[in-house]
Amino acid sequence: MLNNQAEFKNKTHMGLSKRRVITGKIAEIVFFLCAVISIITTLGIVVSLLSQSLYFFFEVTLWEFLTGTRWAPILKPQSFGVLPLVTGTLLVSGIAALFAVPIGLATAVFLSEYAPDRVRKIAKPFLEILAGIPTVVYGYFALTFVTPKLQIILPDLIIFNALSAGLVMGLMIIPMVSSLSEDAMVSVSRSLREGAYALGATRSEVAWKVVVPAALSGIVASFILAISRAIGETMLVTIAAGATPRMSLDPLQSIQTMTAFIVQLSLGETPHGSIEYNTIFAVGLLLFVMTLTMNLIGHLIVRKWQQVDK
Amino acid sequence: MIKNILKKENYNQNLNSRYTKGKLYFTVFFTALMIAIIGLAILLFQIISQGTEMLSWTFVSSYPSRFPEKAGILSALVGSIWLMGLTGIFAVPLGIGTAVYLEEYAPKNKFTQFLEINISNLAGVPSIVYGLLGLAVFVGALNMGRTLIAGALTMALLVMPIVILASREAIKQVPYSHREAAYALGATRWEVVRSVVLPSAIPGIMTGAILSMSRAVGEAAPVLAVSALVYLTFVPTDPFDRFTVMPIQIYNWVSRPQDGFRELAASGIILLLVLLLSMNSIAIYIRSKYQNKSEE
Repeated sequence: MLNNQAEFKNKTHMGLSKRRVITGKIAEIVFFLCAVISIITTLGIVVSLLSQSLYFFFEVTLWEFLTGTRWAPILKPQSFGVLPLVTGTLLVSGIAALFAVPIGLATAVFLSEYAPDRVRKIAKPFLEILAGIPTVVYGYFALTFVTPKLQIILPDLIIFNALSAGLVMGLMIIPMVSSLSEDAMVSVSRSLREGAYALGATRSEVAWKVVVPAALSGIVASFILAISRAIGETMLVTIAAGATPRMSLDPLQSIQTMTAFIVQLSLGETPHGSIEYNTIFAVGLLLFVMTLTMNLIGHLIVRKWQQVDK
Repeated sequence: MIKNILKKENYNQNLNSRYTKGKLYFTVFFTALMIAIIGLAILLFQIISQGTEMLSWTFVSSYPSRFPEKAGILSALVGSIWLMGLTGIFAVPLGIGTAVYLEEYAPKNKFTQFLEINISNLAGVPSIVYGLLGLAVFVGALNMGRTLIAGALTMALLVMPIVILASREAIKQVPYSHREAAYALGATRWEVVRSVVLPSAIPGIMTGAILSMSRAVGEAAPVLAVSALVYLTFVPTDPFDRFTVMPIQIYNWVSRPQDGFRELAASGIILLLVLLLSMNSIAIYIRSKYQNKSEE
């Protein structure tokens, strides 16, 4: 009898067979290793940027790099002050933000507070297309359409300029501002809106004085994340904003951004290991630190606001 | 008493002006949306009006050339398809694996939290920084050279957060009761994942995989840093060949001053956008079909 029972247990796998336990363990380890790759990626970014720029900082002091006002790594005499690239980057992203922030926010208010479902269903795919267009296409658009049209109004405008690159970049980041802000507004509780309506507020008053303030942290986060995206954007500015590192805030001039510099130098056949080659990693490191800081702040705000909400 | 309160002067009489203000706001909000949509329309119109003339079979089947009328996009088109396929092979399994770990295995602790923050930050790292990573690690340290495989590995790291995010969403959609039913029948965790969770999450995962590959097709910056080369007159035949991709070829044509090349760039853009739009519509189709099914 007892023997039979043991046999039965064995045949029907009542207990877990060793094979199943081991397979399960292996699967868990494999999944865990997949997850660890994302950490290795971050480490890889930090280590490769740091180690390569270390060679750069042996020859140029950090102070000289961060405060110098002349950027000429390939010309003689060489000079490695990164500020012109930083001002160029901030100029273009600033123009983009001035254009995209109000329009993105207003679009979000419209989609979240006004638009009937049908309109939203039509409008959102358009915004998604806008967000999915490759950035070379935006560069082409800025250079061959926006700049010539702007030159009619502004005859002083150089062919490669910060203004049209900034405007087109604004168009590019509108979907990012609007979709993140809309998410924040949609999750504002309905009772707040109803309370305001009950007090006799009009629809625009509800939108502007109740919903937007209540969703403000999410909205601010959307601005920060969109601007960080603009700072890291590469092909658009490489094509349309020029390759002239210049310490100026004149939007009609040709400038160079940090990203455009990295592209310019990686295209030229700079010898591996030379100081020019290591320069792109130093600039890349600065770019990484800038965008990482902004992204962390953005995500922190979003998370804090979600916790308050709950 | 009540009559006194209900007197007209006790109430805000500027309701009309408030309504006018409301209409004004509405106009402003609506205009904002229209600016974005009209911007898109002008962009597409400009590209189509510039690019259709040069678009022909010769354009698709020829190599780049110094003469715009003879130039084509073949090497870049084939390069893009290679890159897309290889990127998918690396990014999709790893992305799904990470998503399964986070949704099905990960304990709620500091490490998991760190993992999640890390992934959302990776999604925000500028693409050119991935290019530098690829240049330093795959091209430099691992000595792969400026090859397809180095480009694809770089691109896989770049798009992995997209796969992870979409797969997690899809896995979350699988009802908990299905898992419990399988556990009740004595399945191990891995068996639940393999025969319950993954099969019903597959459509959502596919959507994410396609979207990630279409992102890979449109990216130029990281490939520029890794491959550098922009003028190629051969088609890559294995992962260790040098390569170029469509966005880089387009960039090359845009940056030449002659009008002929500008038109070529527009033709290339049309081809690229058609490819991306068809990939995205397949993704949207799968998503909507799946949603309908789960509602039944």
